Amino acid sequence: MSRRIVVPFGPQHPVLPEPIHLDLVLEDEHVIEAIPSIGYVHRGLEKLVEKRDFKDFVYIAERICGICSFIHSVGYCQGIENIMDIEVPKRAQYLRTIWSEYSRLHSHLLWLGLFADSMGFENLFMNSWRIREKILDAMEETTGGRVIQGSCKVGGVRRDISDSKLKDMVKDLDILSSDIEDLCHVFFDDDTVIHRTKGVGVISKEAAYSLGAVGPTARGSGVSTDIRKTGYVAYADLDFSPVVETGGDCYARCAVRARELLQSVDIIKQAVDAVPSGDIDVKVKGNPDGEYFSRVEQPRGECLHYIKANGKKNILRERVRTPTTANIPALVKMLGGCEMADVPVIVLSIDPCIGCAER
Amino acid sequence: MTIEEQKYTDIMKEDLLKNVKDKCESGYRLVQIGCGKFGDIFEINYSFEKEYSFENLRIKTTEGEKVPSISDIYWGSFIYENEIHDLFGVEVTGINLDFKGNLIRTTVKAPFNVKNVTKVKPEKKETAEKKTEDN
Amino acid sequence: MKLFSMTKTIFKTLGRGPSTIRYPKEPAKRYEGTRGQVEIKIEDCIFCGLCSMHCPSDAITVDKPVKIWTIDRFRCISCNSCVEACPKNCLCLNNVYHEPVLNGPLTESFTGSAEPAEVSSEN
Repeated sequence: MSRRIVVPFGPQHPVLPEPIHLDLVLEDEHVIEAIPSIGYVHRGLEKLVEKRDFKDFVYIAERICGICSFIHSVGYCQGIENIMDIEVPKRAQYLRTIWSEYSRLHSHLLWLGLFADSMGFENLFMNSWRIREKILDAMEETTGGRVIQGSCKVGGVRRDISDSKLKDMVKDLDILSSDIEDLCHVFFDDDTVIHRTKGVGVISKEAAYSLGAVGPTARGSGVSTDIRKTGYVAYADLDFSPVVETGGDCYARCAVRARELLQSVDIIKQAVDAVPSGDIDVKVKGNPDGEYFSRVEQPRGECLHYIKANGKKNILRERVRTPTTANIPALVKMLGGCEMADVPVIVLSIDPCIGCAER
Repeated sequence: MTIEEQKYTDIMKEDLLKNVKDKCESGYRLVQIGCGKFGDIFEINYSFEKEYSFENLRIKTTEGEKVPSISDIYWGSFIYENEIHDLFGVEVTGINLDFKGNLIRTTVKAPFNVKNVTKVKPEKKETAEKKTEDN
Repeated sequence: MKLFSMTKTIFKTLGRGPSTIRYPKEPAKRYEGTRGQVEIKIEDCIFCGLCSMHCPSDAITVDKPVKIWTIDRFRCISCNSCVEACPKNCLCLNNVYHEPVLNGPLTESFTGSAEPAEVSSEN
């Protein structure tokens, strides 16, 4: 038996966008075991809920993550609306759906870029981000912010999108989707990508399910779970089915995200076709009293906002369980038995967002 | 406005492992374990999901009491249990991957268990003045 | 030709010109709705303090007795919360980002009085 050594990986590492530390137990080049540790960016945002008006906390909920920020605010608002039994206008629900899907597009494009970068495919990285820039422009034009949108509030949304603008957005997306298809084609077919990702970091369907993996990590292993299917915001009216791949390796997870790009474009088009006219918000009176687990599907997977309030202005407790937290056990299992050189690709393949995970 | 039915079941701490085992055997996946401190009581929620039906087991515990780990049943629960220990100071016994308070490292131990974790305002002013002096 | 899967993209890009902006030379992209920074019409301000209460990042301080409204530009996250809270509609959010600065803090105070608003910036 060869000698075992422990190699520290991260928190500062060229491919890691965010600080996660792994202790890799190596035998030659094989990883025997990986022990994760986080805790570099804990900000205590959940605790802040005790000091803020529940309506103002949306701004903080949104800043839990810099990528899926809009969906965090949807999750939080939805929780409050459930407790207070507020009926949100249909138009607001549709706008939330459209922005959520825009966030998903931008997050997946960002991730595809980073993933290409993690295997050293710089050119693909730049191409992904070039497309993402167009998505961000549309976001900034309609909400006022590139990544922190600030357009969701308890009881509705802050800004309306005019019908002509919605049509323009769809037109832009039509042009973009040909670019996205070209990009997906590279991710699906390119030899470099296949060599680096096929059969790497395999996790079986059963393991992914029992470890509680969510989002593309679970769907890449064949677990068909997508919280959008519970029909929150306007998803109940739209026609789509979860993108599922059965490979369970990095290639499958990448393919899920690439195919979800086109699915998101499709959902946006459906939503724009069906968007009703009317109010975009309702007045919120009183304070919440009760508890609710609000679940939303973020680009990275299922996100859960637990809200418990007692009829005061300040909420008692908010607990956010972000998709990255749920995917860490799966990541640990994936890393056992892989090659040292594949570790960056595998870590990236769950789309880790440690800032979210620690809040 | 209701999206989905959510079931809450209050159980005793002693029955936790038995109940969780039942859930595991009937094919539920662990969604999360979350803690909250209300008054002197810690409420720990164990959330499970199966085919989009969402269920909750809830136990109550107080300061100094130990909570058994469910990591023998759900391997992935270590991340939540360590988090609860680090943020609330609730001791969880028998975790398969015990970080012993080093998963989330904070300057204040168990920050969600203390009354106030606020910044000190006067200090900030002093440093600001110092900076202008330096300039 | 799996090895040359990027070729199509390369040719497409060649005809398109650069996707980036030569920033200081060309102005940055800006939309009507872009959230820039908070502006105040100090003569309308009644110093009620609602804006500072609703500020998520504690950037605004209001001193009612001496009528001073102060904003810390470094703390401000341009969230529009104060603008929505203002009962007199004297706050607004423009679409211009602040010029880059080399050192802080960057606080701006506005004093409300009978004479025109006086702006002082301490650096």
